[in-house]
Amino acid sequence: MTLIVSESPVLDPRTLAEALQLRAAHPEAMPLAGGTDVMVYLEAGVIDPPRWLNLWRLNALRGLSRSGDTLRIGALATHTDIGRNADAQTLAPALVEACRTVGAAQIQNRGTLGGNIVNASPAGDTLPVLLALDAVFELHSAARGERRVPAAAFWQAYRKMDLASDELLVAVHLPAPGAGDHTHYRKVGTRLAQAISKVVLGARVRLDAGVVTEARVAYGSVAATPVRCPKTEAALVGRRAGDLAAAADLVAQDIRPIDDVRSTAEYRRDVAARVLRGWLGTLTA
Amino acid sequence: MKTSITFTLNDREVTVDTLPMARLLDVLREDLRVTGTKEGCGEGECGACTVLVDGHPVNSCLVPAIQLQGARVQTVEGLAQDDRLHPIQEAFLKHGGAQCGICTPGFLVAAAELLAREPHPSRAQVREALAGNLCRCTGYQKIVDAVVEALA
Ligand SMILES: Cc1cc2nc3c(=O)[nH]c(=O)nc-3n(C[C@H](O)[C@H](O)[C@H](O)COP(=O)(O)OP(=O)(O)OC[C@H]3O[C@@H](n4cnc5c(N)ncnc54)[C@H](O)[C@@H]3O)c2cc1C
Ligand code: FES
Ligand code: FES
Repeated sequence: MTLIVSESPVLDPRTLAEALQLRAAHPEAMPLAGGTDVMVYLEAGVIDPPRWLNLWRLNALRGLSRSGDTLRIGALATHTDIGRNADAQTLAPALVEACRTVGAAQIQNRGTLGGNIVNASPAGDTLPVLLALDAVFELHSAARGERRVPAAAFWQAYRKMDLASDELLVAVHLPAPGAGDHTHYRKVGTRLAQAISKVVLGARVRLDAGVVTEARVAYGSVAATPVRCPKTEAALVGRRAGDLAAAADLVAQDIRPIDDVRSTAEYRRDVAARVLRGWLGTLTA
Repeated sequence: MKTSITFTLNDREVTVDTLPMARLLDVLREDLRVTGTKEGCGEGECGACTVLVDGHPVNSCLVPAIQLQGARVQTVEGLAQDDRLHPIQEAFLKHGGAQCGICTPGFLVAAAELLAREPHPSRAQVREALAGNLCRCTGYQKIVDAVVEALA
């Protein structure tokens, strides 16, 4: 194997303010978080940016904190940081589960939530969960300060997102689960570890006196971006627990899977509906 | 352009002049000639190149040198103390956890970190902690046996 080593210089800021200045001055520089996606692309010769922007030292992007009922997760929090965090386990168990299925220990120890979000693979395992939990992304730029974008508006087309060339993702905000909220995560792949998902589901259903008042159904690996399922969600609202499973029949109308090396469109349509139907059937008032 | 990077390797401070995007794996093997750490796939899949950075197992083929400034790196060379093997090394010997040996340094480092956190892991915990390490020879059972019994 010929080894490709990037000879490009690395910008190495210590503070977020410095990083945002550099990001604006060098829009061609590729941000580098845990490197578990970019180092693979680099070594495969898929990318060769003229400059890098190392985010690893930015403590402002680290850590998880709870304020009131919101969980704030720094963009540089690793999948291991999230999986082992007590507040995340309480407030966002579906995200914790997702983080624990990313790659294997070595990947979870280095790969970050922010990297998963901005890499924007349609198969990114945390992304459907972020959609289901109504996550909000905190983006910063030197010129315009902070702005917030809901996950549902972030991924716009295949690897295209609402992130300007002078912006960095700084944190993810998750509202606490409401009363009656039930959440679910399910990854379908060839093995538990190191498998890119064939289908991945993140879902949330709010039950009030046994009736669904709010529903989120989101998938990865079944379209060009992670997607919500508006028809399925609408069909769930107003239904009674015990009689929810039929709503899963609408999933096929909400997703646009393709055949690729990992699976077929037909398998994905079938399995996407099945994993949702199975979970809905377990919900009782 | 090369840059100077200082970190601790197995409790000893080292400084290397290297490309900032060079892989930790190559910094170890080529720049420092510390060759216990092996390369398998070069893309994060096999775990042969596993080392600890700041106490966590990571794939050294995916860590760029620039991120090592001030870091604490531990490799398989750091497991034995003086002439005494680490208990996980003794256990691999006893249970036949190594055959060709290419995967072994990565398994040892990942298993040693698990045992430091969880001295008496279940078989399921061992399988989960080592799921990112591939072995084409042993069939894994002997490796799991070795880890479960290392501190038993
Ligand atoms: C062997 C292997 C197995 C894997 N398995 C899985 C899996 O099962 N599921 C899964 O979802 N993923 C998997 N991945 C992919 C990867 O590990 C994850 O996507 C990880 O979360 C990426 O995070 P990172 O910090 O390493 O990102 P990086 O590689 O550092 O960056 C990824 C992208 O995001 C950009 N970026 C990062 N942070 C920011 C920020 N704060 N602001 C703006 N841009 C930013 C970078 O410029 C780059 O484009 C796997 C990778 C490998 C090598
Ligand atoms: S060589 Fe690094 S994971 Fe295979
Ligand atoms: S002993 Fe040969 S690959 Fe594990």
